[in-house]
Amino acid sequence: MSETTVTPDKPITVDEQEVAPGFIGQNTPRKEDRRLVQGEGVFVDDVRRHGMAYVHFVRSPYAHAAITRIDVSKATELDGVYGTLIGEEVAAETDPFFQIAPPPGGDLKDYALAVGRVRHVGEPVVAVAAATRELARDAAELVEVDYEPLEVVLDMERASDSATTQLHDEVPNNTIWQGNFDYGDYDAALAEADKVVRIKRLHFHRFSSTPLETSGAMVEYNRGTGQWTIHSNNQFPGFAIIMMAPALKVGMDKLRFVSQDIGGGFGNKICTHPQLVAMCLMARKLKRAVNWTEWRTDQHTANSHGNERLFLDVEVPVRSDGTMLGFKARMIDDCGAYTRYEPLGCIIWAQVTPGCYRWRNVRVDFSQVCTNKSPCGPNRGYSRMQHLWFTERIIDIVAQQLEIDPVEIRKRNYIRAEEMPYETPNGCVYDSGDYARCLDEALKLVDYPSIEQKRADAKSRGKLLGVGIGSTLDSGTNNFGQSTLVNPELQFSGNNEVATVKLDIFGEIVVTLGTTPQGQSHETTAAQVVAGILKVSPDDVNVRAGHDSYWNSHAGFSGTYASQFAVTGLGAVKGATDMLAGQILQIGAAVLGAESTDEVELDGGFVKRKDNPEAALPFMACGAIVNANNAVLPLELREITLNCRYVYVPPHQMPDKERKFGNLTLTYATQIHACVVEVDPETGVYEIVDYGAVDDCGVRINPQIVEGQVQGATAQAIGAATHEIFTYDEDGNLLTPNFYDYHVPHALDMPPLKTAYVESPSPFTPLGAKGMGEGGGAGLSAVASALQDALRGSGGPIVSDSSNPYNTVWDLLRKPEVSRELVEVEER
Amino acid sequence: MIEPVRGLRISVEVNGESHERDVEVRRLLVHFIRDDLSLTGTHVGCDTGNCGACTVIVDGVAVKSCMMLAVQADGSKIETVEGLARNGELHPLQQAFSSFHALQCGYCTPGMLMSAKHLLDNNPEPTDGEITRAIQGNICRCTGYVNIVEAIAAAAKGEVK
Repeated sequence: MSETTVTPDKPITVDEQEVAPGFIGQNTPRKEDRRLVQGEGVFVDDVRRHGMAYVHFVRSPYAHAAITRIDVSKATELDGVYGTLIGEEVAAETDPFFQIAPPPGGDLKDYALAVGRVRHVGEPVVAVAAATRELARDAAELVEVDYEPLEVVLDMERASDSATTQLHDEVPNNTIWQGNFDYGDYDAALAEADKVVRIKRLHFHRFSSTPLETSGAMVEYNRGTGQWTIHSNNQFPGFAIIMMAPALKVGMDKLRFVSQDIGGGFGNKICTHPQLVAMCLMARKLKRAVNWTEWRTDQHTANSHGNERLFLDVEVPVRSDGTMLGFKARMIDDCGAYTRYEPLGCIIWAQVTPGCYRWRNVRVDFSQVCTNKSPCGPNRGYSRMQHLWFTERIIDIVAQQLEIDPVEIRKRNYIRAEEMPYETPNGCVYDSGDYARCLDEALKLVDYPSIEQKRADAKSRGKLLGVGIGSTLDSGTNNFGQSTLVNPELQFSGNNEVATVKLDIFGEIVVTLGTTPQGQSHETTAAQVVAGILKVSPDDVNVRAGHDSYWNSHAGFSGTYASQFAVTGLGAVKGATDMLAGQILQIGAAVLGAESTDEVELDGGFVKRKDNPEAALPFMACGAIVNANNAVLPLELREITLNCRYVYVPPHQMPDKERKFGNLTLTYATQIHACVVEVDPETGVYEIVDYGAVDDCGVRINPQIVEGQVQGATAQAIGAATHEIFTYDEDGNLLTPNFYDYHVPHALDMPPLKTAYVESPSPFTPLGAKGMGEGGGAGLSAVASALQDALRGSGGPIVSDSSNPYNTVWDLLRKPEVSRELVEVEER
Repeated sequence: MIEPVRGLRISVEVNGESHERDVEVRRLLVHFIRDDLSLTGTHVGCDTGNCGACTVIVDGVAVKSCMMLAVQADGSKIETVEGLARNGELHPLQQAFSSFHALQCGYCTPGMLMSAKHLLDNNPEPTDGEITRAIQGNICRCTGYVNIVEAIAAAAKGEVK
């Protein structure tokens, strides 16, 4: 078997680069705030046009049914109704959406509206457009659709049985994708083990971040040019355009994506392309602007859910001292009724194959099935969160079975700081981090040495106290080349992001980004980087709000997703600003009579001669000369534009498709959380009484913003662990279609939350920073871990589900033997 | 058969300005504010009165404006987020939200600010517990509420930079 410690033969490094001085690391006030606190942001439903129609979707009441008849005549007779759109029209006017999966999974047909068959409750069947929101809803009520119900497939474990009904005629056994992953030498590890811990079944539940602003769009069609302008809150226009242009049979440039403020995204606003295509068709058909604003119920029933995953027949070879040698498992992922961004979830987890641990031998049989539930898609921590929760469950279950302290067993198995950069068994390179130190800091936050005393105190009050740890990695700046590991025919790889920085006639510094921020403060942090390089104040830097794919700052992967702005977005900003600084120095040197740019410098909005700071050229003059007075310039300087575009491209390489081996992402931020719970053994009701979150995302550009992301991500994880679940009845009806039934954390639900930071700069990124917005998953693990610890003396149940509402805990208390039977230990 | 009344003329005072409009009787107050008066700072985040993004103050009472019909507001005085700043000066709560990073995407913020204003109008020196209870009807999916509670407390104490 392979060695425990592996350092790559050729460590990937980038050239030593100067870290931008000035404003990095400062809590610069947010540029976005002034408009947002005054209600002057522009969200998608705020965009209006004269004569605009409001669209309402008629949605399927069945989880699985054939559509036998659609009659819109009563709806269109209503005064003020402009028109409708049905599946047959969509099928005639568009091609099915491009599929990421190889055949046969990739042969399924997915359109903007249901064509012939519905496959989940809430699936859009007919679009109705009318003069007001209320009227569109009235008219939708008058649309008649006849259905013939079909057998409903909800059980992801049985979906692939040959006897199960197929959702898509083209997809045998409802299996979208299947693949085997084999790293190290699992058989040798098994032979060498002193004990083997087997876990029959672990389950990661279905939920989503449910952004408070639902999805929406305002779409206009320009008949003269055949071009659509799509004002939307889609958070990954690069992907949406790639999906939509071929479906609409037009060139990419016919789709202009515009957004300003977006009310939260968390990945859930990536896969809105079906509704956006329906809107494009409506705008063209009705010859008027159309607005669609999703209802909350629609977001819950038909927008992206996070992937549900089963981990079956898990096997963990262990040495007597608790050193784990790897794991074997069969994993089944449920993507819901359509694939959309899937089956990328089948590979994204592999960015963090061994989690935080020195596990060298891994064997995974991974498959993804479709079921009659809402389609899945990226959700904060996409696919990695599920897998990292699995690795943390392994740790705690093994610790419990072997009676080893959970802190000790983590430290024994953690990858060590001195091993960084660390190559994982599947070729990913963890850039930097110190997991043991982060754990120590997290334990300090919850005053770990006092835990036994607190446990005794809780016991005296009739409560069971438990402490748990969650360790996760937020992998960011992904290498789209990993898509070729699910489909070797795909022509996607690498990553990119664009920024432009210009100096205008009146000396105004203007920045455009290719990103679509949803609260991540891109205007602010971009201004910090620009100001540091140009030696001005962030107040002097005008970062355009939002995104417009017609700006020259749009690239194939533009958008805001996958924890990458601090690397790709700011990498582009830095690159463009460095170019602009060089050009300003050239103009300054020429005007100030310097021999070379070495003799001048930037200072406070001027180019100054180093030997005589009185000889200074204001930026305004630079901008005016180049843009409006350029005949005064010598010919050799006429190529200077002061309008600089830079595409940041990370140093990714193609992975090995055969071995499914390679570096799948550039950076790995660390999160180690510690959670303390008190459980009422009579009811299963529990309270999180203390919580510590430690984050290491390398260089923090703006610590206050980083802390905000940590707090928010943690709150989402705690909500998901305790209450949030998308659950269905036996007919496939979603039981949690609103904020009554789907309980997200309110202010009163939040535990005391303490944070701390470790900074391990990334050696691979322009600013030493790492993406870090998705790091809350540790909370799911920490809560599960704390509950298992609290219930140790109550029959020792195993927490085998990521969803742990009070009734689940009550079940664990009442019948601990049920979950205990999931685990067995083979002594060698 | 008696025809149901479909529209009514209402008059309201919003942020000190009088408005008179014909509205459908079923029109929600939030859509009246957003669509008829073009005050788009008040947001909609759910269909069920849970999220509080649409919170405004009607005659001194914090109201989820998606839970009230526009016609029910006839004759009332309404405060929305657009009325908080005066002469270009941010309200102390607005400044505090910015200083304490109590907002990220900003979608819940207008409703959160109006709930906070209602609290401070009626209880100028709230405890943290009272602040938490006052915003329990307002959902934020970005911040985890930590900084929101701190910001409101700081605004109440006049400790805002």
